[in-house]
Amino acid sequence: MRLNKLFLSSTVRFAAIYMALFATSVLILFGFIYWATAGYLERQTKAVIETDAAGLADRFRLNGGEALNQLIAQRVSQTRGQEKVYLLADRAGKVLAGNLPTPPAVDPVSGQWLTVEVDDYDAEEDGEEEKHFALAYTIWLSDTLYLLVGRDVHELEEKQEIILQALGWAFALTIVLGLVGGFVISAGMLRRIETINETSRRIMTGDLSRRIPLGGSGDEFDQLAQNLNDMLDQIQTLMDGIRQVSDNIAHDLRGSLTRLRSHLDLWQSQSAGNDIHKPIVDKIVREADNLLATFNALLRIARIEAGNRRAGFAAVELKTVLLDVVELYEPLIAGKGQNLEVDLPEDLTILGDRDLLFQAFANLLDNAAKYTPDNGKIRVALDRGSDGVRVLIADSGKGIPAPARDKVFQRFFRLEESPDTPGNGLGLSLVAAVVKLHDGEIRLADNHPGLRVEMTFPAGN
Amino acid sequence: MRILIIEDDAEVAAYLAKGLKEAGHNVVHAADGEGGLFLATSETFDALIVDRMIPRLDGLAVVQKLRAAGNRNPVLVLSALGEVDDRVQGLKAGGDDYLVKPFAFSELLARLDAICRRGSTAAPQTSLKVADLEINLLTHKVTRGGQSIDLQPREFRLLEYLMKHAGRVVTRTMLLESVWDYHFDPQTNVIDVHISRLRQKIDKGFDLQLLTTVRGAGYMLHAPE
Repeated sequence: MRLNKLFLSSTVRFAAIYMALFATSVLILFGFIYWATAGYLERQTKAVIETDAAGLADRFRLNGGEALNQLIAQRVSQTRGQEKVYLLADRAGKVLAGNLPTPPAVDPVSGQWLTVEVDDYDAEEDGEEEKHFALAYTIWLSDTLYLLVGRDVHELEEKQEIILQALGWAFALTIVLGLVGGFVISAGMLRRIETINETSRRIMTGDLSRRIPLGGSGDEFDQLAQNLNDMLDQIQTLMDGIRQVSDNIAHDLRGSLTRLRSHLDLWQSQSAGNDIHKPIVDKIVREADNLLATFNALLRIARIEAGNRRAGFAAVELKTVLLDVVELYEPLIAGKGQNLEVDLPEDLTILGDRDLLFQAFANLLDNAAKYTPDNGKIRVALDRGSDGVRVLIADSGKGIPAPARDKVFQRFFRLEESPDTPGNGLGLSLVAAVVKLHDGEIRLADNHPGLRVEMTFPAGN
Repeated sequence: MRILIIEDDAEVAAYLAKGLKEAGHNVVHAADGEGGLFLATSETFDALIVDRMIPRLDGLAVVQKLRAAGNRNPVLVLSALGEVDDRVQGLKAGGDDYLVKPFAFSELLARLDAICRRGSTAAPQTSLKVADLEINLLTHKVTRGGQSIDLQPREFRLLEYLMKHAGRVVTRTMLLESVWDYHFDPQTNVIDVHISRLRQKIDKGFDLQLLTTVRGAGYMLHAPE
């Protein structure tokens, strides 16, 4: 759940960054397109006006005021309404010629661009009265006389608006496409990262044979996956090597221990009863047995931790296993006058190894019987918790002090007050290894008084 | 009995041979898989003791080849590998029992005895009798000297196993594997408590003690001569 959310949020973040960069570059590109198209139209219009005005001004200079008046009248007669605007006026604002009845306020310098409101020249044609403006240019012919030439720019504005609209829509579409593209690209990218994560998690739970699948394109992700895979291959080779070595040690050492034990066995049987060394021989045999038991337990824990046993997992009915453990220890517990309370209301199944589970529960019940005083209480329970199947083994013994609770699972750790009690300090390490193998959790708590061991396993089905 | 030992460790082989000879058996030794297979197929034996890790041909492969050739001799597989899946592999290959090194010689002798007897009791029995102790395998009724004895189901299975192996040593691990059907190492001798409880029920009040403890080995149910 949490991981999924994280995955989603980084997708959104990547998509947003991608989109922002994309939108910025598209905006710059569209700005250039607008400048090149709409701007070109405006520049062209201005050039036409300037040329027209310059022509008229030349006529004035060459042929005088009357010729200009005639020419303006001719131009005005050829234009529809105020599509083209001409005005010859003096500084006082008196109109001398042209089709603009009210002269606008102008600066007393040539080359000024201004906008004047004009009548709609095609109002009758298209049947609607629109507000039209003309772009106009002024040239002072003398100190008191100026010429104004303009063009209705309604059509130009319309064209510019169409271009702007088209660009606007294109931009909106680009944003949508960019957003989708961003999502697709970042989701694809993150999915590959997630694949790597998923594989790493599997490997961390003990399945070292897993490898990250390659995309096949040979890109950076493939290179990363390939590097990780090569690294895993190397780790596996090393681990196989270690296992091989420890198996060899197991074989060799156990071989010599067997011979040692055998010789002692023979000595023991030959010195039947009458040898003065017999008590010592018996002690040596016991020590050799302890040594072997410790050695076996260590190897066993190592093998369980290697996780190979998962291959043989099957459905295990925990109630049956617990009942068998209880049945095995019941006479021992009854013999110490301890009160055993068994609470197994329903049969719950988990995926696991029944012999190992039996061993773990037996170790715990063995400890409970060992450390609980005579007439004490021991409780074994099985129920369905919120996070899986829960097995509880509790006693009313002296318990384990809180600071030592984490340490008791370490190999060879023993509580200080129990150096004389038999055991090799590996019993709980084995329990922890078995629980971990089953993806379970183990917690130690105070039972007021005593120890409360709570194990949670993922439910089998 | 004539017994073939296939074992590459000369000292272990010598130890086995010595002990088996002392127990009255005839012993032949092969130091590798190929030699062992050759001997097993060309001569007759009553039982085979095969180590798993031997040169030339793996111990399990020897057993498999023997079984494929129709050889039904009882086989006890020896190994330094003690995990349950290894044990299952050993039994699947055709071994009759699996013993993990290191072992006490008494354990080996008891198991060898058990697998050799297994073949001979072909007809299904309905009742077992040792001295005046009698159990009915169908009705689960137990009587001693005509007196009825009440046993828990597990106690009955324990007694049944002991009676099927009457007169032979039965070890604690054999009991755990056969009566409780779990492969595990008990930290304490929980089995002893079960035995003494059973002994209370079948021997208490009788002069003849049928269920005895064999020091350093296990238990035996027998009728003394």
